[in-house]
Amino acid sequence: MNLEYKVEGGDFTSAGLASSQIKKILKQLNVDPAVIKRVVIALYEAEVNIVAHAYRGVIKAQIDGGGINLTLEDEGPGIPDVEMAMTPGFSTASKAVREMGFGAGMGLPNISENADDFKIDTIVGQGTTLRIGIKFR
Amino acid sequence: MNLGDLCNLVEGTAVCGTGRLGDSVEYAFASDLMSDVLTIKSTDFILITGLANIQSLRTLEMSDASYMLLCRGKEVTPEMLELAEENDILIITSPYSLFRCAGILFSAGLKPLY
Ligand SMILES: Nc1ncnc2c1ncn2[C@@H]1O[C@H](COP(=O)(O)OP(=O)(O)OP(=O)(O)O)[C@@H](O)[C@H]1O
Ligand SMILES: [Mg+2]
Repeated sequence: MNLEYKVEGGDFTSAGLASSQIKKILKQLNVDPAVIKRVVIALYEAEVNIVAHAYRGVIKAQIDGGGINLTLEDEGPGIPDVEMAMTPGFSTASKAVREMGFGAGMGLPNISENADDFKIDTIVGQGTTLRIGIKFR
Repeated sequence: MNLGDLCNLVEGTAVCGTGRLGDSVEYAFASDLMSDVLTIKSTDFILITGLANIQSLRTLEMSDASYMLLCRGKEVTPEMLELAEENDILIITSPYSLFRCAGILFSAGLKPLY
């Protein structure tokens, strides 16, 4: 199964819609709830990062019997220092983003914690692509 | 702790998901930063927060958690209500501050996660 969702930068009202829909689909597929929680937390953090830090993006989800592969590709500023961005507590979130409840600098470390495979490709001034893989068992 | 008792302790009002007032919860986590909440592995907790927006409910949805205590008399928006109802989430609002709510509930035996 292949799914695709668009995400708009700055749109905190819709942030999480894609994650919510994928959660419903995984439930229907009877995936273990503990695995679903790992998938949707990683996905939601990545989705909110597009909303909080980039201009726009596309989420692609590929689901088969063995697991789920998520690709989140955004047009945005990119990440100048990925290692620093991955450090718990590091955040460049604006005041507006913090008022929405984000900016703890926990998102990327939390994605890494929940994913079986996690890869970041980023070009400064162009955008960022996250690849997240989670096996169902 | 029984959620109905919890509601009384903080002079709270249950604004939706009232069918869950008979449930019990063992742990609580207080934060306005949702990524901090999203590190919690368990699902048996109540989120104590001052963040009155749709993302606090999305965070509970993704966490498979069902209870929120919204402090300092913050208003629940129609969008929040809709999402809470869709996910059968109990929202209790309290006029007390986050510090006061946390203090009362900790003293009454609600456990911290960390
Ligand atoms: N898609 C992205 N585009 C550009 N920069 C990003 C992107 N994702 C993350 N970053 C950068 O990496 C930093 C760390 O990201 P991380 O998700 O860990 O924390 P945060 O988003 O700042 O706060 P939190 O996720 O805890 O709410 C961000 O503050 C930002 O500088
Ligand atoms: Mg983030």
